[in-house]
Amino acid sequence: MSPAPETGPGREVLTSDDISRALRRIAHEILEGNKGPEDLVLLGIPTRGAHLAHRLAEALRQVEGVDVPVGSLDITMYRDDLRRQPTRAVEPTHVPGDGVDGKVVVLVDDVLYSGRTVRSALDALADLGRPRTVRLAVLVDRGHRELPIRADYVGKNLPTAHAERVMVRLAEADGGDEGVRIAGPAEEER
Amino acid sequence: MKHLLSIADLSTEEITSILDTAVSMHEVQHREVKKLPTLRGRTIINFFFEDSTRTRSSFEIAGKWLSADTINLTGKGTSVSKGESLRDTVMTVGAMGVDMIIVRHPASGAPQQIAEWVDCSVVNAGDGTHEHPSQALLDAYTMRHALGGLEGRHVAIVGDLTHSRVLRSNLLCLAKLGAQVTLVAPPTLMPSGIGAWAAADGFNLSYDLDAVLPTVDAVMMLRVQRERMSGGYFPTAKEYAVTYGLTPRRLGLLPEHAVICHPGPMNRGLEISADAADAARSLVLDQVSAGVAVRMSILYHLLAGEGNDQ
Repeated sequence: MSPAPETGPGREVLTSDDISRALRRIAHEILEGNKGPEDLVLLGIPTRGAHLAHRLAEALRQVEGVDVPVGSLDITMYRDDLRRQPTRAVEPTHVPGDGVDGKVVVLVDDVLYSGRTVRSALDALADLGRPRTVRLAVLVDRGHRELPIRADYVGKNLPTAHAERVMVRLAEADGGDEGVRIAGPAEEER
Repeated sequence: MKHLLSIADLSTEEITSILDTAVSMHEVQHREVKKLPTLRGRTIINFFFEDSTRTRSSFEIAGKWLSADTINLTGKGTSVSKGESLRDTVMTVGAMGVDMIIVRHPASGAPQQIAEWVDCSVVNAGDGTHEHPSQALLDAYTMRHALGGLEGRHVAIVGDLTHSRVLRSNLLCLAKLGAQVTLVAPPTLMPSGIGAWAAADGFNLSYDLDAVLPTVDAVMMLRVQRERMSGGYFPTAKEYAVTYGLTPRRLGLLPEHAVICHPGPMNRGLEISADAADAARSLVLDQVSAGVAVRMSILYHLLAGEGNDQ
């Protein structure tokens, strides 16, 4: 089969600066909702969620001048679709020193879609301890939830069609050329 | 990847993937809740026709920590002792709808044969004097962790080479990971035809342990397998210990960074002295600890993804 005709890399919906601004706003919202940085722990879902969690921690440091513990929470072993896909690489889970018991854990991911990743993350978190509260921060909420899950902090609400692809590129994971793009089914690259 | 029968079937990428995933599994081992839901609803049979402590228990723990149901069967206490053939026994077990059979058998090649008879995944947990792939993977994991990598490292494998399935799997595995290997043994314990094999696969042979030890990054002492020895391979145990054992004197010949491995069970005072077995640089217990993590990774790779089941 010949490759699909070149239609460009899709439409840009967030630039690198937009991402920074969204994370700064989310940092403020987290501090507002928690009435300060006490007991906060950021856990990013690899790979891009983990990078976003570190950026969010940097934003919190700039706003409040404190170091909020950051970790990563791999959910591969908790997925409900393992048998539908080729074997996936397992990413590291790193829980900051004091653990999650009694903490306010903010899960961080790049795109909220079906909600199944978040469900897996909640299961994974339950095996690590018992947080006082769990919140969810995402860069993009593209809708089409399959589970009763919602985000507490959203960088951008992005109405999409099922067939479209949302592509998040971050410098840490993908090299330069940051941004969030949306592409039709013919242009999908992920 | 459906079966794990021989290291020869694995690519370097697959080996690396198993070892990398084992790092994450090792982290789970230190948690309070050592349980992942990954293989929930899957059934694994440990079928051991030969005695085993660490391999069987670590495969069982690995299965349980991934939430699979694991069942242990041995040759004794099953229909095998009533004279049922291997084929009928494993076909019976396979017909129960299990997802994986982990098998140890005194006959070389038995797991390969079983894999042709049943539909489920088959893991070779040691077959005769042929292979013991999961042991080689955990040895590689342990040495890779201790040395920071295996590419270009020098590993000596010492002792009862003729009867060692660990040797065969380790030779294949270490070669795929880029390590340089020297085998050391008395002539009577070198497998026949090893000269041609060494020339073809690019490893070295030596009868002189003292000369090899100062050049190694890791030394792996193999167990003298008295249960497989029908003839006289060496005059006395004392002589073997003096000429090929890792004695306190030989410990001093090792470079400072070099580590000691032994797949267990150890014959203390024969192939390895108590000083060597309990030295700070001895990885014997690290190997056992890694055994569970690596076997979790193996089960994950064989059972979790699509197309691995029928």
